[in-house]
Amino acid sequence: MKLERRYACAPASDRIPSTMAETHSLQDLRQPAVSSKVFVQRDYGSGTISKFQTKFPSELESRLDKQQFDETIQTLNNLYAEAEKLGGKSYLEGCLACLTAYTIFLCMETHYEKVLKKISRYIKDQNEKIYAPRGLLLTDPIERGLRVVEITIYEDRSIGSGR
Amino acid sequence: MKNCEYQQIDPRALSVSPMSAQNRAEMKAQRSRRKWEVFPGKNRFFCDGRIIVARQSGVLPLTLGLIVVTCGLFFAFDCPFLVEHLTVFIPVIGGVLFLFAVISLLRTSFTDPGILPRATPEEAADIEKQIDTSGSSTYRPPPRTKEILINQQVVKLKYCFTCKMFRPPRTSHCSLCDNCVERFDHHCPWVGNCVGKRNYRFFYSFIISLSFLTSFIFGCVVTHITLRSQEGKSLIQAIQESPLVICFFSIWSILGLSGFHTYLVASNLTTNEDIKGSWSSKRCTEESGNPYSYNNIITNCCVTLCGPMPPSLIDRRGFVPLVEASPAASATEIELPPFLAKNDSNMCTRSTKDVLARMVHAFDSRGLCPPGTPKTTPVGVEVSSSPSAGCPLFSRSSRKRDSLHSSNPAFRLASPSPSLSRNTMILGEGPDVGFIPIP
Repeated sequence: MKLERRYACAPASDRIPSTMAETHSLQDLRQPAVSSKVFVQRDYGSGTISKFQTKFPSELESRLDKQQFDETIQTLNNLYAEAEKLGGKSYLEGCLACLTAYTIFLCMETHYEKVLKKISRYIKDQNEKIYAPRGLLLTDPIERGLRVVEITIYEDRSIGSGR
Repeated sequence: MKNCEYQQIDPRALSVSPMSAQNRAEMKAQRSRRKWEVFPGKNRFFCDGRIIVARQSGVLPLTLGLIVVTCGLFFAFDCPFLVEHLTVFIPVIGGVLFLFAVISLLRTSFTDPGILPRATPEEAADIEKQIDTSGSSTYRPPPRTKEILINQQVVKLKYCFTCKMFRPPRTSHCSLCDNCVERFDHHCPWVGNCVGKRNYRFFYSFIISLSFLTSFIFGCVVTHITLRSQEGKSLIQAIQESPLVICFFSIWSILGLSGFHTYLVASNLTTNEDIKGSWSSKRCTEESGNPYSYNNIITNCCVTLCGPMPPSLIDRRGFVPLVEASPAASATEIELPPFLAKNDSNMCTRSTKDVLARMVHAFDSRGLCPPGTPKTTPVGVEVSSSPSAGCPLFSRSSRKRDSLHSSNPAFRLASPSPSLSRNTMILGEGPDVGFIPIP
């Protein structure tokens, strides 16, 4: 803390020209810095259904087991498949909606939305149990338009405070 | 502790920066900004982001007007006569069809058609890294495509220069709305919105119900005229009083359109694909067809019309995460590429500089990126009066800086100049990039 304050208490006049440099070093001291981001892309082999590639990114090799990563992605894929499943239940929901001129969507939560909530709970759970302890963070794909699973890799704090 | 500006930084806080009282007040004012206010596409939003329409509402008021006027005339002139002579159910059926058509129309117009949010700067940089460029000397990079296999068929994915990503299959970029739309069918001026994955079923139910409505009214009016002329009244007078004329002209086009879309639904095609002939046998050399079709008419219909309702991906009503304001002085350090400055208006240039300056600070001082980080990096910049228009150029510039400064120097070293120069090249295209018509 004291170290932070020493850096922090630079006079304001000195601060402005070299702001960028100073905030970088401040950043290193204070919070885990984002080292890089890995993007797991969509797998379109089966069409337009939401499915992510299970190829293990090389940047994660030092941090995570391939098996754990596979399991996470497979579970996500299964959850999305459940959301987009075509079956009696989804057709019933669709027909009911059609009959009510789609006004029913204004008051009822769709099956897809329910599964999306389940997915975000699962991701939160995975982050807490597996990813955060390894300095990683999974971002819910819905926040990236269901295009990618973004995994943020944080710099290991123990590495040091300097650049 | 007492009088250092930096003391205001809370290590636990996500958005940190030394702030003057004025900036803090500005931040409070920015606090309630929603994502629709910084949306980069050309859409307009109402009811605090609940309703989304295209920039030009097109002919939507005319469509609504025609329907209301026709039905009004029908109820006023034909119904009393027909109720007397036939049955009371005529206005009831007419009323139900009218309500159905209007509600479907409004749902089609006001629903997000399946807009894909633009790629974040990090994503765009990552894609850049993966693309193998051979260091082309021309300013405009060659059109990028990626080939993938879908159900054992080769499909080409095109790179969207505006949205900075490879378009998923069946996605197309609408130049009127400046968005990539999933399962893009067409941009309908009558409805004033794109028709895509999320609102195709509404559009289809609109044209079907409208076909029934116009046929019903046409039938009733013809019956009315026939009955009246049998009673010896003037034929001309009867015609003049009826909505026959409007119905007569619109019925053929509406019935034709319904028939066409029924064919599309049954073969799981979009208007876009049909017009381009993407899956027609003349174009494909070997025996191949539509890879998305289930080869069963009923399944195709069910999937398109009664399938699960996909969610909106753009999160209009979410809040934009706070970005701290930066001192204006540091803005001068940042030089804009000349081609951007040329194209901007003065206000735009100033706002761009502010945004760039803020982004530098935001990403330098922000550690944990909250999951809710939006694709467009936000900000306290003044957006022009139509919030949806914003300033597409400035958001592109800010994204460029984001990719430069989004992370720790260690990462910057790992991905040095080639990606920067590539980014510069792309942005150099200016505003015309997003609208390359890809054949």
